[in-house]
Amino acid sequence: MKRFRIADIALGIAGLIVLLLLWQLVTSLELISRVFLPSPAATISALEWGLVNGDLLPQTLATVNRMIQGWLLASLVAIAIGSLIGVSPVARAYIQPTLEFLRPLPASAIIPVAISLFGLNASMVLGVVVFGAVWPTLLGTIHGFAHVEPRLVEVSRLLQMSRWEFIYKIGLPNAVPDILAGMRLSLTVALILAVVGELLTAQEGLGTAVLHAARSYRAADLYAGILLLGLIGLVSNYGLAIADKRILAWKN
Amino acid sequence: MIAALTKSWRGWLFPVLVIAGAEIWFLFNPVLSDTLAAPSKIVSGAIETLTDGTLLKTTYQTLVAAAIGLLIGMVAGTACGILIGLARTADRLSSWSVEMLRPIPSVALIPLSLLTFGYGYRMEYAVVAWATFWPFLILTQHALKQVDVRLMEVSKLMGFGIFARIFKIMLPAAAPRLFTALRLSVGLSLVVAVTVEIAANPQGLGYGLMVSQESLRPDRMFALLIWVGLLGWALNYGLVWLEGRLFAHRAPGAVASA
Repeated sequence: MKRFRIADIALGIAGLIVLLLLWQLVTSLELISRVFLPSPAATISALEWGLVNGDLLPQTLATVNRMIQGWLLASLVAIAIGSLIGVSPVARAYIQPTLEFLRPLPASAIIPVAISLFGLNASMVLGVVVFGAVWPTLLGTIHGFAHVEPRLVEVSRLLQMSRWEFIYKIGLPNAVPDILAGMRLSLTVALILAVVGELLTAQEGLGTAVLHAARSYRAADLYAGILLLGLIGLVSNYGLAIADKRILAWKN
Repeated sequence: MIAALTKSWRGWLFPVLVIAGAEIWFLFNPVLSDTLAAPSKIVSGAIETLTDGTLLKTTYQTLVAAAIGLLIGMVAGTACGILIGLARTADRLSSWSVEMLRPIPSVALIPLSLLTFGYGYRMEYAVVAWATFWPFLILTQHALKQVDVRLMEVSKLMGFGIFARIFKIMLPAAAPRLFTALRLSVGLSLVVAVTVEIAANPQGLGYGLMVSQESLRPDRMFALLIWVGLLGWALNYGLVWLEGRLFAHRAPGAVASA
């Protein structure tokens, strides 16, 4: 079993190297113009230069900061409102259909509304990130509350728990897996909206960096920015997956 | 549909109250706002976008961009998913590359796509195709892994070649999951297309929204926004309904939303 895993890792890395070699081959044969596809070496050196001498590092931090801030705020709002709606079957019956209707709405479609409310600035971007990232966690929380084991609800009645006690002693612990699943989706949405917001408002961040790189035909810088955005997605995904496992360990 | 509406009348109360409240508020505060519009104004804005052709033209542009991008992503994603799902070595070789490439947010590719293709449909196809490629890749691969081993043994006994095995045994067996991938990706393609139009591409519903905002026409802006919401909802609803019709006999849990 153990040997299999080592072989898996070796093959995975080999595949990645093959991909890089293919990339190198395509660029050295100039199958695609350098303007659109820089060589891997040029991309890596652009990444290195940008991080050490340029302003890629503060830009990365700015985007991460925006993403995390919006995500945390959205999660707080979503869990609070979701608990209030989820705990009451009456509220669910009245409000949930509206929420289900709003869910497929592209969060980015709210950007023009946000621009006319807040203007083209950082708080507009944050507002859009929060708005978009609220939905997965909100619906996850409501779902979690709606599917609490009926016997636990009966127990809480017998113990004459107040609504608040029910929320934080029974409801929330039961909804944790759904909330976490929602929060993972929310984080992805938050990154996407942070980048879209930067593309539109030219706030400091990777979105603006890649846009400027593309506009001035600096392909290597463009790819370096895209790689960093992929890395942010990768790290945040893995981070949350690990946190998920830790937090849900008591369930198994 | 009608039964569902009457059954869930409670669900209608909340939006109706919000709309009525907004209308009354504007009745007592009859200001000409650059950012908000009374519901009745939004209705007349909707009629205006419909009669001057904006609505139809932009909807057509967005749907074409989303559909063709989705088609490219679907064919490429399913093909790669079959390859990875069939050959264990291909799976192991590609695992790291997939893990590294998949988290790249589709919107990060907007500047690249713009640089490569310029404004127009092609840049939008590319971004939508990238976004929808991954769900098809992953779900095809998983669907093939869960094809009944006995079916594969049967195909071996019957001496099927690789293509017969793929098209006669594996894809039909994986069909319910592939349809789920399609349903998720249809929603995704609409979201990504509108996002690309808002961020860069001067066509389609997203651009229509931006233009309405920039020309200080909140009535038209909200009319288009509601239309985008309706479109997304109707597409999802239609596909869920179709999924139930097509696969009700095999996959009871497949309709669960993601």
